[in-house]
Amino acid sequence: MNIFELSFLSGVLTATAPVLLAALGGLICQVAGVFNIALEGQLLWGAFTAVVVSDVTGSAWTGVAGAIAATVLFSGMLSAASVGLRADPIVVAVGLNLLALGLTGFLMRRIFGSGGTYSSPELAGLPTLAELGLDVPVLGPQSPLVPLALALVVAAAWWLGRTRSGLRVRAVGQHREAAEAAGLRVGAYRHGVVLVAGALCGLAGAQLALGNVTLFSEGMSAGRGWIAVVAVMLSGVLPYRLLLACLLFGFAEAVGFRLQGARLPQQAADAAPYVITLFALVLAAVAARRRPKEAS
Amino acid sequence: MTRSLNEPRVLDLARRAALSAAVPAIGGALALTTLVMLAVGVNPADAYPALIRGAVADGNLEYTIAAFVPTLGMALAFALPLRAGEFNLGGDGQMAAGGIAAAALALAVPLPPVLAVVLPLLVAALAGGLVAALAAPLSTRLRVPAIVGTLLISAPAVSLASYLVRFPLAEQGSGIAQTPVLPDAAHLPALGGSGYVTLGLPLVVALTGIWLYADGRTVLGYEMRARGHNPEFARYGGVHVDRLAGYALAGGGAFAGLVGGLIVLGPPYRFVDGALTAPGYTFTAVAAVLLAASRPLAVPVAVALLTVLQVGGQGMEREAGVPSQLTQIVQGLIIVIVAVLATVRRRAAE
Repeated sequence: MNIFELSFLSGVLTATAPVLLAALGGLICQVAGVFNIALEGQLLWGAFTAVVVSDVTGSAWTGVAGAIAATVLFSGMLSAASVGLRADPIVVAVGLNLLALGLTGFLMRRIFGSGGTYSSPELAGLPTLAELGLDVPVLGPQSPLVPLALALVVAAAWWLGRTRSGLRVRAVGQHREAAEAAGLRVGAYRHGVVLVAGALCGLAGAQLALGNVTLFSEGMSAGRGWIAVVAVMLSGVLPYRLLLACLLFGFAEAVGFRLQGARLPQQAADAAPYVITLFALVLAAVAARRRPKEAS
Repeated sequence: MTRSLNEPRVLDLARRAALSAAVPAIGGALALTTLVMLAVGVNPADAYPALIRGAVADGNLEYTIAAFVPTLGMALAFALPLRAGEFNLGGDGQMAAGGIAAAALALAVPLPPVLAVVLPLLVAALAGGLVAALAAPLSTRLRVPAIVGTLLISAPAVSLASYLVRFPLAEQGSGIAQTPVLPDAAHLPALGGSGYVTLGLPLVVALTGIWLYADGRTVLGYEMRARGHNPEFARYGGVHVDRLAGYALAGGGAFAGLVGGLIVLGPPYRFVDGALTAPGYTFTAVAAVLLAASRPLAVPVAVALLTVLQVGGQGMEREAGVPSQLTQIVQGLIIVIVAVLATVRRRAAE
């Protein structure tokens, strides 16, 4: 296994992109003080709706748009229940994750006629940058959503750090009462970030089902939404650190993928991203404890 | 809330049940389910009778009872830590660890009767408890919420069990990812004709009783509830809140591990890869416990209800062609509705 090959780097980016998109959604929610652990279900729902729309219309880009719209609608349930009605966001998210699993399995059987995995020649996948005439190393074999994900990291850093609305979102998360006293409509900002996170999870699902592969299989989010939650925790809500955390996960998945080629059991590859994520979490937490406490 | 002293207890219970979150939650979920059926062109008049028949008629009741046992066990695995304020979503990994540990012991060490059942079950509970306890220091020392920690640990635990059953413990020459059949002495005694209902039923019911007693009547149970309600207050009151989180998670994991052991020691008397996690006991149990809405006595009732729905859903799939994933949809909706109702009621009370 040569991890210095360009194709390996490309594999890391492919594995990183869906997690990164979902994690960006989790990050802006966290900044606004909403603990969003429904990323897993939204990612799965995004992947499913992307495949359905692409399959019906024959256009991958319509699939992407459909996934964004459908996942924003789905995240509307989270925003209505946990922001609007102030229900426990953790319990609501547990319910929504289960709902997404059930809905996708159910609708898959009703629409495609069977469970398991659906793929078809009619199902249009996203084009690669190389196919679009941009044959650059590493990014060439990626869909355009991969550079978009990287650009969104920069955009998120700029938005949260440099714009009026970004600073207001941070104020809402840091001190609800102070933000209210300053005249900010806290609820509106929180509804907004949950819905934007829904759109990002829709993109993440589309990239997973139409970019990384061109198929839908039941439960194909496979814990990526939870890894995204951990990435948000590792990031200290800083977008560039979030990118690093997601790259670490992408690296673990790409290594796992290569290990399979090296005749190691499938199970080692399955477990690798989780084990490495856990280690990163422990190391980061230990490092945070060692650091002297900042004066608050 | 005032209660008249001479109001009959039955009436009082009925009133509290009607006012609780459970009735509107189930009613709301059923209404939404009916809407889902109508939306996809399924006639509810065909689907619901098929669901009931699939759960209780035509000899299916035995399967329902057989599925009730692991679901109730997994409900304890989720409810016990939840009382102390920790979410255990890693039931799948704890169950797989327990199952594979029980199978490994039963296959490796020839044991005399009785011990051949008891020891693997103990080892299963120990293995599940250890896997769950790993999340405790993550939660108390490193501030990784248990809901994330347990889930992250669960996935590699499932992978490890899957690896063990495919390679070191695999049955040679069968081509299926399963262990050989366990020795006869390790088979759980059956209670019914076909052997699907085993001694696991009275065992889990008894453990549920012990948990209910411990939760309501012991110091440990009180301290757990205190921690769950308000950890700072509990700490101030002298409760070792961090140690308690470890006990709670380990206890929950032990129940999950035991369920894994019970499944492996029951028919078909071996560890089959994926057979423990595929029926979705873990999240059916999560839905049931949340539906019971922090009233422990309601947990077995909610488990029974959702087990009927789960098993009946398979009958509905066979008879009416409705994918059984419908029951997952209902479970998810129940959880969301319960969460919303809890908030609405709390605000109404304030």
